[in-house]
Amino acid sequence: MEPLHLHYDVDGDDFISAGEASSEMKKVLRRLGFDPDIIRRCAICMYEGEINMVIHACGGVADVDINEHDIVMKLSDNGPGIEDVEKAMQEGYSTASHNVRELGFGAGMGLPNMKRYSDEMTIDTAVNVGTTVTMKIKV
Amino acid sequence: MQHSVTLDKSRCMGCTTCMKHCPTEAIRVRRGTAHILKELCIDCGMCIRVCPHKAKKAVCDPFDSIKNFEYSVALPAPSLYGQFHNLDDVNIVLQALLDIGFDDIYEVSKAAEMVSDLTRKLIKELGSDMPRPYISSACPVAVRLITTRFPKLIPHVTNIIAPVELAAIHARKEVVKKTGLAPEKIGIFFITPCPAKVTSGKYSLTLNEPVIDGSISMTDIYKRLLVAMPKVKNPPQLASSGLIGIGWSTSGGESSALLNDRHLAVDGIDNIIKILEDLEDGMLPEIEFLELNACTQGCVGGCLTVENPFVAKSRVKHLMKYMPVSKNKVDENDIINAYAFAEKPLEYIPVWQLDEDRSAAMEKYAKIEEIKNSMPGLDCGSCGAPSCMALAENIVMGYASEEDCIFRMRERMQYMAGSDNADEYLPPPFRKETGKNKKSL
Repeated sequence: MEPLHLHYDVDGDDFISAGEASSEMKKVLRRLGFDPDIIRRCAICMYEGEINMVIHACGGVADVDINEHDIVMKLSDNGPGIEDVEKAMQEGYSTASHNVRELGFGAGMGLPNMKRYSDEMTIDTAVNVGTTVTMKIKV
Repeated sequence: MQHSVTLDKSRCMGCTTCMKHCPTEAIRVRRGTAHILKELCIDCGMCIRVCPHKAKKAVCDPFDSIKNFEYSVALPAPSLYGQFHNLDDVNIVLQALLDIGFDDIYEVSKAAEMVSDLTRKLIKELGSDMPRPYISSACPVAVRLITTRFPKLIPHVTNIIAPVELAAIHARKEVVKKTGLAPEKIGIFFITPCPAKVTSGKYSLTLNEPVIDGSISMTDIYKRLLVAMPKVKNPPQLASSGLIGIGWSTSGGESSALLNDRHLAVDGIDNIIKILEDLEDGMLPEIEFLELNACTQGCVGGCLTVENPFVAKSRVKHLMKYMPVSKNKVDENDIINAYAFAEKPLEYIPVWQLDEDRSAAMEKYAKIEEIKNSMPGLDCGSCGAPSCMALAENIVMGYASEEDCIFRMRERMQYMAGSDNADEYLPPPFRKETGKNKKSL
């Protein structure tokens, strides 16, 4: 089976459009007949990842590979990178600005949720270079 | 899927207005007229509202069908009360319903108060194993949207039947008791504000057998009531519900009946799609109850009503003044014998699935993407599909061809004409030059 590739540009600093990639991807997965539970998990992972890229990195790109046995989402940005990945993975830890928190984001649940809802997650990051988060959900 | 929206072919100009507005992309224009794709239509009534030629209609029952029964009962939706100017007393409307030919009335607002009481019980004790928030089952458009597009949210929908159905069950029982007639001799007629409730009356979303014998459009009844109401003098006390029941006709009415503030009331089809997306992604704040109304301002905004929804809402609010909060509680019998509960579960209907076979679906999707990316992306609708994406899908599924795109056709014409100047063959938005003998904007 040919894997299917989806690509989304995530605009930085635009909270209004954050979540669009998640919503678009959800539509595609629905059309492909994936189990509703799988779709929901993918959507949450993508949504959290998108929000992270908007808050911390002025946006980035999201690439999704749909394979026979898994769905792999790769979110890459050229943002500030994560200084302490272990800390960032703790629930409730956030470096989001006051402005962002005012909007109801920055609760420190993004990365923990992404880990919880995916089967495998890797974070590739370098300070001042950028971050790539790869999440795999088995089908 | 069954639906009650239909087309008057003689009026349809094939103008694509309905197609562009349909929230589920259920309309295509072919051979000069709009066609509804049955499986995608959820009866929201948007096309009826926007059609400039009044070609879209709801299939309701004619008023005279009440004569097919020995005894007829009107079930007025509370939104009916918001249709009349200067109305201070609901009893006038109810008496006029009797005067135009019904033998009896049973207010849907009365059953709505029972449903509200039951919902409070559900939240408090009965439904502790259900996921939160509970989603109201009252708006059939919202429920059908959930079953086709938000399968993960199906378990959130309360398993209580719609107020109109509970009203029909009670009405029939009461009339049997009062008259001794056989149940099938009694005709129960809903006075409906929307086509979706016509459909759910015929093909219940929750009950195995329909309990409503017919649905008459509110517009139809309105004209008759306008004549009958001025003749009503000193009507007897017929109204039997409080402000909670009447309030169900407007957005927020159902949730305010829960007597707490942990709820959200969302109205308008686009808004409910957005809120369901957010709920599915886990992005809603913690609430206990989600009320959904596909029509703006709630049922008073139904496309079979007469009055502007905002005006109707203010009239309903006026009527609610000085009314007791609620006059009805759920009948213990309805709980014990489960009359008020759904007989069948809601099921996911995967109408958006491209193919049952995953790899075939992926192949189709890849092709759709490829075609869509080669399209101009204007979503102009000239091809008879609501967007380039929808056309691409129709092409892959075999219902359309690439040359249905007017841009593609012009490209081919240019090629056939051997012209070097591509501009001449492009529609104005895509030309590089202003064009011969044209003023520049």
